[in-house]
Amino acid sequence: MLTDFQAIMPILIVTLSAIVTMVAEAFQPKQERAPLAGFGVIGLIGAAAASVLLWGYDKTGFGVVRADNFSLFVNLIVIAVGLLTILFSPQVIERERIPPGEYYALTLFAVVGMMLMAAATDLLLLFLALEVLSLAVYVLTGIRRAQFQSAEAAFKYFLLGAFSSAFFLYGVALTYAIVGSTRLEEIAATLAVSDQAPDGLVLVAMGLLAVGFAFKISAVPFHMWAPDAYQGAPTLVTGFMATGVKAAAFAAFLRVFLSSFHTLHDSWAPMLWLVAVATMILGTVVGVVQANAKRMLAYSSVAHAGYLLVGLIVGTRVGEAATLFYLAAYAVSTLGAFAVVAVLATEEHPHDRVQDFAGLWESRPGLAALMTVFLLSLGGFPPLAGFVGKWYIFSAAIDAGYVWLAIVGVLTSVISVFFYLRIVVMMYMSDERALVPTPAITRSAVAGLTLALVAVFYLGLLPTHAIELALTSVQGMF
Amino acid sequence: MLALIPLFPFIGFIINALIGRRLSKATSGGLACLAMLVSFGVAVVAFWRLLGLPAEARVIDETLFTWIASGRFQAPLTFRLDPLAGLMCLVVTGIGFLIHVYSTAYMHEETDHEYARYFSYLNLFAAFMLVLVLGANLLVMFIGWEGVGLCSYLLIGYWFDKQSATDAGKKAFVVNRVGDMAFIVGMCLAFASFGTLDFRAIAAAVAALPPEVTWGVLSTITLLFFIGATGKSAQIPLYIWLPDAMEGPTPVSALIHAATMVTAGVYMIGRNAVLYSHAPLTMEVVAVIGVATALLAGTIGLAQNDIKRVLAYSTVSQLGYMFLAMGVGAFAAGIFHLYTHAFFKALMFLGSGAVIHALHGEQDMRKMGGLRRALPITYWTFLIGALAIAGVPGLSGFFSKDEILFRTFASGHSVLWVLGTATALLTAVYMFRLIYLTFHGKPRYEGAYEGAQEAHRAHDRAAHAQGTHNHGGGGVLHDAPMAMAIPLVLLAIGSVVAGYVGVPHALGGSNRIETFLEPSFSPPAHTAPAVAGTHAEPGVALSGEGAHAEADAHGATHADTALELTLMVTSVAIALMGIGIATLVWLKRPHVAAALAARVPWMHRLLLNKWYVDELYDATIVQPIKNSSTVGLWKGVDVGVIDGAVNGTGWLVRGSAAGLRLAQSGSVRIYAAAFFVGTVLVIAFYLVR
Amino acid sequence: MDGWLPIVILLGLGLAFAAGNVLLSQFVGPRSPSPEKAAPYECGMPAVGDARERQSVRFYLVAMIFLLFDIEVAFLYPWAMALRDLRWAGYVQVLVFVLVLFTGYVYIWRKGALDWSSREE
Repeated sequence: MLTDFQAIMPILIVTLSAIVTMVAEAFQPKQERAPLAGFGVIGLIGAAAASVLLWGYDKTGFGVVRADNFSLFVNLIVIAVGLLTILFSPQVIERERIPPGEYYALTLFAVVGMMLMAAATDLLLLFLALEVLSLAVYVLTGIRRAQFQSAEAAFKYFLLGAFSSAFFLYGVALTYAIVGSTRLEEIAATLAVSDQAPDGLVLVAMGLLAVGFAFKISAVPFHMWAPDAYQGAPTLVTGFMATGVKAAAFAAFLRVFLSSFHTLHDSWAPMLWLVAVATMILGTVVGVVQANAKRMLAYSSVAHAGYLLVGLIVGTRVGEAATLFYLAAYAVSTLGAFAVVAVLATEEHPHDRVQDFAGLWESRPGLAALMTVFLLSLGGFPPLAGFVGKWYIFSAAIDAGYVWLAIVGVLTSVISVFFYLRIVVMMYMSDERALVPTPAITRSAVAGLTLALVAVFYLGLLPTHAIELALTSVQGMF
Repeated sequence: MLALIPLFPFIGFIINALIGRRLSKATSGGLACLAMLVSFGVAVVAFWRLLGLPAEARVIDETLFTWIASGRFQAPLTFRLDPLAGLMCLVVTGIGFLIHVYSTAYMHEETDHEYARYFSYLNLFAAFMLVLVLGANLLVMFIGWEGVGLCSYLLIGYWFDKQSATDAGKKAFVVNRVGDMAFIVGMCLAFASFGTLDFRAIAAAVAALPPEVTWGVLSTITLLFFIGATGKSAQIPLYIWLPDAMEGPTPVSALIHAATMVTAGVYMIGRNAVLYSHAPLTMEVVAVIGVATALLAGTIGLAQNDIKRVLAYSTVSQLGYMFLAMGVGAFAAGIFHLYTHAFFKALMFLGSGAVIHALHGEQDMRKMGGLRRALPITYWTFLIGALAIAGVPGLSGFFSKDEILFRTFASGHSVLWVLGTATALLTAVYMFRLIYLTFHGKPRYEGAYEGAQEAHRAHDRAAHAQGTHNHGGGGVLHDAPMAMAIPLVLLAIGSVVAGYVGVPHALGGSNRIETFLEPSFSPPAHTAPAVAGTHAEPGVALSGEGAHAEADAHGATHADTALELTLMVTSVAIALMGIGIATLVWLKRPHVAAALAARVPWMHRLLLNKWYVDELYDATIVQPIKNSSTVGLWKGVDVGVIDGAVNGTGWLVRGSAAGLRLAQSGSVRIYAAAFFVGTVLVIAFYLVR
Repeated sequence: MDGWLPIVILLGLGLAFAAGNVLLSQFVGPRSPSPEKAAPYECGMPAVGDARERQSVRFYLVAMIFLLFDIEVAFLYPWAMALRDLRWAGYVQVLVFVLVLFTGYVYIWRKGALDWSSREE
């Protein structure tokens, strides 16, 4: 009993903080503003502390939640994502008149879903976690109710999300039909015993599960919701779902496909190979012609899903660790970039087109420099986090013999540099001067940006510690 | 603790680079000096701790973290203090500190912003130099190696609005890259051969091998490293950048292009002494190149008129001596000379800076003269430096230079000894030519009551200089201000006494510095490097190499002593002769010099134009590369193939994107349909297979 | 494929039967339309006005809240059946579950979702 609760302690803490946030908002007097973000920050830090304390114990809770190093590592990533999002938020909430209680509570519930997704060892619980996460994010996407774009984005996301959930659930059902259980280890055991060629039905079940995951990580051809939803959502929510949701979905994807279906690696790898190549190419190529920074970053996140898939396809421990590392590197860089876009917006002007960045170096040199660092990290420039992440993933791919995958990855990375640099060029070298927005940037946003910057440099310059953590965290996965 | 040594200058760099423009000159300059002083203090403490260890265990390792770990390839960021590194650390931080102090006065005319930029570069340089010195493996050393190259480039081109300065900076950078390339290849080869980049591990691995008598991998590695060293330390064939580097501010010339950075090549060979002693063929190359450079630069130095250029060629020449020492296996002697040279050459550069400062930017010795009375401190300190470099007994240069020449002769390289001794003669001559032209004779500078003709020609330039150097008008010359005089005096004292740590046995000394340095040049007694605090077991016999060196250092036989004394007397005589010649030609009978130049005009032209080496390189290397680049690579490959490919890719990407984005219509039905088709394809992929 | 054949036949037969009946009634059924027959509720009140009338959004809100708490009860039934086997642990777990829902209830109450008329945005 005690072990059970210990295993879910990080999740429990965040859940409590979410509930407290919600209730506190409901009970606060009309004109007063309770420090709602504080509850979230406390809860997330508490969860991070709990994750660190649990490190190495490999506790199992209620038979379906596993607090192994893998899930704890992912916990740390999504906690960082949640924390940064909350730090950036106050200014945006003020500006967009977003109801703060709901916003923070939903963010925290989404984090709960993400953590649970990484820790679930049962397909049904995994599905539940997926839904907890998704529902919260659907609402967050449309939280600016009055805005047409936001509502449209939320609705599209919801419809297609429900569609994909159905496929995922169908996959779960088929798996249960074949194996007789939804526990990941039992599935693995059953599949490992049958030494003849895999049953067609197993493959279909696996394919449907893959479709469900592919939707969440926005892999081609299940990515079409992403640009619309990313553009319509409030910028910070976009950053949150581009990083947190992707991290959680990848964690579950890794766990399911490398533990339960690891014996069928030869069957699913070619399919995902095609998906990864298509994702990398399409995300990059279409990203090139985007004129809106948020939409551009949306396509960039599609392309990054492709790079991350490479780590999954490789299927080795090194590949898996590289994926985890990449998730962390990608998360801080992307969140940082979205945060810069978010803090620059004003009430009148969303400031999210590429030409809005013209001459930013003159008006806001600090933000321009930050944006440059984050974009270059996404583009994979040394010595930033993104470079090291790409390096580990592609070297893992080459070691495992997936040379072509690495080549496609490197080539598309090169092309992707084009659209990252477009903003950089705009900021520094454009003769035009965009309308200079001068929003006051809150202290918490400055703190968040600093943290992201430090993380980008830390992961880029001294990656060894993080990659070793990632390597230890994937031990004992399969 | 070792990490603190480079850390403080680095912090100074960060502060001056980020907020320097808002600081006053006193603050930013003071900060930079303070950083160096603290760093020096830490270096002294670290050195003290090193001395506290037993001689054969004097190694302090400090691993900060593993920088890169990729399979077999490990590159921990490790700092290592051993006698060699300790000595270098003291030189870099100590002399560096003095030069920083000197700079606060020398650069006083700069604007606040520029002033901070200057000190940020200078601090960054010190940080990188210390990383180079303290690095325990080739990669860490290479970080410093590249870093100091960068700082050197930045500081040579510090006055970037001057075309010649930026050109000189570029030249230095490009020439250095040639050497660095060889260094990188050598590093890769070393890793491929030994599986490690750690100096001690390499030394341990090499010690087990027999010396490589025929050409092989050890010779190749060492030669590649040496090519790298010729770039950094300005040896034939890559020495051409150093004289041009005098475009930088004079304190920079003193710090980077005399005392520290240019000695990095010598230091690197010292670091890899075991490796080099197993590659006798490369050693011969090193020795020959060293002595050839020394001689060549000495001859060029004879005919130069720019005060800093004379010093620059003298530096090249002295570096040649150090390489000669390395080449004949007298590693300790080479490092000893490096150490004494740092004092007197820094002193002379700073002295020339004081002269230039007093004359508002004049560098041509033909427009100086008679400054002895106006600038007494500068004159006397400079004279001490010149006596030291000339090898007059009792001063530091005498001990170190003699040690090198003795070792050269003793190792059987009598031809090299003759050439080295000839260079010593040249050194004395051009040094005292410089002294006489600058400080003696009749004043020829502008504002002096005589020599109006030359002054007229110099008018434009001096007037320009006066625009920026706006104090001390009216022809009254000021000697070095306090912040410049104190470093001069301290360095002068150093130039005298620094040699006494290495008094040779022949003169009744014990040559302590060689005994002290020797462990750094022998393979480690243990294969594993000792960690701080753990001493190597006492009583472990030194392996062959070390024992041999020990015998060399301690048990000099009677015959050796006699030989050494003979050689010593010879070289002292040579030095005095050189001074005599200079006195005769440039002090007593000034017309002789002109007559000589007129008698053999071709010789004079040849020397004045530096043997036309720059022109030779331009004709044989630079122009052909430029031509083939323009015609073949640029117009053919770059514009045709590469630009074509890049533009083609861009065109392709844009074209296909235009098509693909049509699918992204915004209609959720189409999205759902795409989703469904995708799912069907996934399922079909499995079922069809 | 052998095993699947009967199922395909069954499917086909079922489809044919349903489609056949619909078609058959179209052709053979007698037709005598009258206004009463065409009305939406043949035996109820005559329809007045447009059916697509705007409803207050509160209906939906209440409907959704009802649905949520209804599902809560749906979870309680199986727990009640297994109460003896689950013992105190199960009791505590359900208590937590109800508590969470109660918090939600308090939340919607405080937010005014249950006030029918008084508040306006």
